[in-house]
Amino acid sequence: MISDRTIDRLREAASWPELDTRYEIIGVAGSGGMGTVYIARDHVLGRDVAVKVLDIADQKGSRAARLQREAHILAKLDHPGIVPVHDAGTLEDGRAFYVMTLVKGRRLDDLIRDRLPLANRLNVFGRILDAVAFAHAHGIVHRDLKPDNVMVGGFGEVYVMDWGVAQDGGADAEAVVVGTPGFMAPEQAVAGDVDPRADIYALGILLALVGGEDAPAPLRAIAQKARHADAGGRYQKVEDLAADLARFRNQDPVAAYRESAIERVVRLYRRYELPILLLVAYVVMRFVLLYWRGI
Amino acid sequence: MSFPATRLSVVERTRSGDEETRRIALSTIIDAYWKPAYKYLRVKWSLGPDEAADLTQEFFTSTLEKEVVEKYDPARARFRTYLRMCLDGFASNARKAERRLKRGGGVTMVPLDFETAEGEIATHEPAVGADVDELFYREWVRSLLERSVADLERHAEAAGRPEMFEVFSRYDLVDEGEARPTYTAIAAALNLTTATVTNHLAAMRKQFRKIVLDRLRELTTSEEEWESEAARLLGVRK
Repeated sequence: MISDRTIDRLREAASWPELDTRYEIIGVAGSGGMGTVYIARDHVLGRDVAVKVLDIADQKGSRAARLQREAHILAKLDHPGIVPVHDAGTLEDGRAFYVMTLVKGRRLDDLIRDRLPLANRLNVFGRILDAVAFAHAHGIVHRDLKPDNVMVGGFGEVYVMDWGVAQDGGADAEAVVVGTPGFMAPEQAVAGDVDPRADIYALGILLALVGGEDAPAPLRAIAQKARHADAGGRYQKVEDLAADLARFRNQDPVAAYRESAIERVVRLYRRYELPILLLVAYVVMRFVLLYWRGI
Repeated sequence: MSFPATRLSVVERTRSGDEETRRIALSTIIDAYWKPAYKYLRVKWSLGPDEAADLTQEFFTSTLEKEVVEKYDPARARFRTYLRMCLDGFASNARKAERRLKRGGGVTMVPLDFETAEGEIATHEPAVGADVDELFYREWVRSLLERSVADLERHAEAAGRPEMFEVFSRYDLVDEGEARPTYTAIAAALNLTTATVTNHLAAMRKQFRKIVLDRLRELTTSEEEWESEAARLLGVRK
């Protein structure tokens, strides 16, 4: 009898892709809904790359079409926050594949658990916004934004990954519900075809996670507005969300939050802390000098 | 890219007008499922070896054709799930009736190697509380892969290239706990070059994948079922 371990090895052996002589598969990086991402050595350029390969080739070719569509979307989105695609093709056994840059880093969910300072976490979030805004400007909605799909590299570079269920253009040919429960906008859970505001909803959930439980009230309000159940109640563009977030980071009043008088005072104090302290020091010194002269 | 010509599934072939076709199809089903069924009865139903062997025999010889295959509706469930549910019903009825089966009593015996299956349970005792559905699936996969490996060996021998299977065996059939040998070590042991080992392994893996997917096609009843089973079986999970 073959052991459980051998079963796993045989399953892996039967799945192992044989590419041409240029790419030599050397390991498995991860797996997703319809394919596996392998690490491969590119012998021509002398570097490691990632190769996403379909698990099976279906007779209708719909899986291959989806993977090829993902490769085309990546090719279309030339942005530092979106992983570049280098090559695409079909294996002899009919499985489609594409080759992309190998991202070495950690997933956002790992990073969130590290409890980095809020400013660092918001830096990462800001780069996610840049990448998503760029995609929206090219008519592409990601539809599956979640911490697992964001990688942060060792030098702080941020990549929005897994565009396999992205919607390219207005109507989705498949018109099926895609996404991840918990990150899907209400309208996405009932209809395949969505607009960029569905991504803004997911960004709201992401921001709430990135901000953490002790996030300041204005930041929580921004996340809340972004994930409003009604698409009309959300930020209408990623740029609007980014602008409100920038105001929060500059300690300006944010559109999503109406602050009390005390909060305004505290905010203004924090924003102008140094000039206020210098002014107070100056006034105190003047009083001290006046007092000394009086004596 | 080439797909195998669409073959009728074994379930469809059990409904053939030709008796020989029906017989071969039934024996293919028995071949793929008897061991998972026996182990399932032993673990889920806590039956002793003799009782489980008798029930397995009876299920596959007297019940399978008329009670199971004939009533199967592909629209309602995949065949593996359906067969397991039938097995549950069969075991439940047997228990309710407190049927005392005498080994071989009135049952047409098929040569099933229960001693080996029992030895496998002893060697790889399922964990207490293991998911029985998962157990049935795992045993079904084991059975499918074992037969596919045997097919691959026959294929290599028929092609007059047994050393190709030997390379595959040394690299991909290493047992639990054993470290995989390097290509260089295999090359040295078989007096081949490392490049030859690499090529043989690639060719054997490709052929193995084809055999597994063909066998899977035979055991499923629709393209959708095949796709779903193939994706579950061959999706590498890290």
